[in-house]
Amino acid sequence: MSYRSSVEILTEWDIVAARQLGRNEAKEVGFGTVDQARITTAISELARNIYLYAGKGKIEIERISEGGKYGITIIASDEGPGIPDVRKVMEDGFSTSGGLGAGMPGVKRLMDTFKIDTVVGEGTVIKATKWIR
Amino acid sequence: MPQEIEKQYKEILKQYLMKQTERNLYEGQNFSRQLIKKNIAPDEVISIHKATLEEMFPELPMNVWNSFDLLIEMMIRYGLAHAEHQSLLQQQEEMKVEMDLAAKVQRTLLKTTRPKINGLEIGLVSVPARKMNGDYIYFLSDNLNNAGVAVADVIGKGIPAALCMSMIKYGMDSLQDVATDPKKVLDVINRIVEKSVNDDMFISMFYGRYNVENSLFTYATAGHEPALFYNAQNDEFTELHAKGLLLGVVANVSYEQHAVTMEAGDFVVMMTDGVTECRTDEGFIDPKIVITLIHSMRHEPAQTIVDSVFKELEKMQNFELRDDFTLVIFKKTS
Repeated sequence: MSYRSSVEILTEWDIVAARQLGRNEAKEVGFGTVDQARITTAISELARNIYLYAGKGKIEIERISEGGKYGITIIASDEGPGIPDVRKVMEDGFSTSGGLGAGMPGVKRLMDTFKIDTVVGEGTVIKATKWIR
Repeated sequence: MPQEIEKQYKEILKQYLMKQTERNLYEGQNFSRQLIKKNIAPDEVISIHKATLEEMFPELPMNVWNSFDLLIEMMIRYGLAHAEHQSLLQQQEEMKVEMDLAAKVQRTLLKTTRPKINGLEIGLVSVPARKMNGDYIYFLSDNLNNAGVAVADVIGKGIPAALCMSMIKYGMDSLQDVATDPKKVLDVINRIVEKSVNDDMFISMFYGRYNVENSLFTYATAGHEPALFYNAQNDEFTELHAKGLLLGVVANVSYEQHAVTMEAGDFVVMMTDGVTECRTDEGFIDPKIVITLIHSMRHEPAQTIVDSVFKELEKMQNFELRDDFTLVIFKKTS
């Protein structure tokens, strides 16, 4: 049985709300301080992308467990323009050239698994999971 | 492993707090070297520091503990920037290996055999500024009476220029007859280049052919650096000019063709702009220097001349080539 909670992203302040939700969930699931901060940073990055490029969307946090392991999945979804060249946004140095953002490769590094589904003109769904070590 | 690190760090911190010597600090730095090797992110290091402090001084005020959480949060991005940097370094390393391979392929691909003609010495030096050479030399010869040489320079350097070169090579390969007139050679290559190259890529080329029977050096040029002709009897240099548009600009160009008669001791110097436009931090080297250098070596064998000119110019440029450097000399010895 999984437990899911979500935050709509419409304004920049919703990024903060999504971070808060993620941090609380990570804490309750049992992540340490550093991992809490990492999960929060990943959420922050994903929410920011929604806010900047899609305009609106949703961050959902799901508590997960499997074979005695516990973790968290972040689901970031939007109905924005989609990403035409996924390989490019996953390249190091692509999003960081401007403002030292973490970008997609950063999110991937912060989490254990990272999956991206995107259709140009329809939107993007990103799922990223982290397990307690 | 994290516990092991915490234990070691605790020891280092304890020693430092006790003595505060330079040696303790040095040990701390050595330890951080190990952490970097083990890919421990900076946020984690602060977390270890916090945990260690909590163990050693549990009575510290709450504000101190909380402040570490802010610091950890801030360091996450430093960790990411570091990880990205590492991965970019690795990519760079991979690219370097690939480039080395490509340069090797290029060297094999563009290999050309120096003709052996009685009474004619050929000197050649061609050195790329980067790994891949954007200058190109191609010899065409019957190893009896005729020796032809094409000197080409792609405007630009590096990989795009190098890729362009293979095209010239295959164009030249299709012209196996050394009797083909220089203007005809340029005409054929121009058509090939015009068909296959982007509008923003230009190639200049000089083609010259020496014939033993009549001692004539016949040449044509497509917007290339003029060759220099040294007349031994008058002890003077003249530039071998000919009209001709750069390769690849338009499909139908009729190139001019001229000829000079060579006597013993005369030579023709063909080059790319890497020679004439040598520059140092102070600006371009006076082109007269090149002529003076060649003149001072005029009695030497052709290969000795080109080698010494290259060495001199390389020295003048502080061993930093800014452009591909190619110099060819055809010297009539008898």
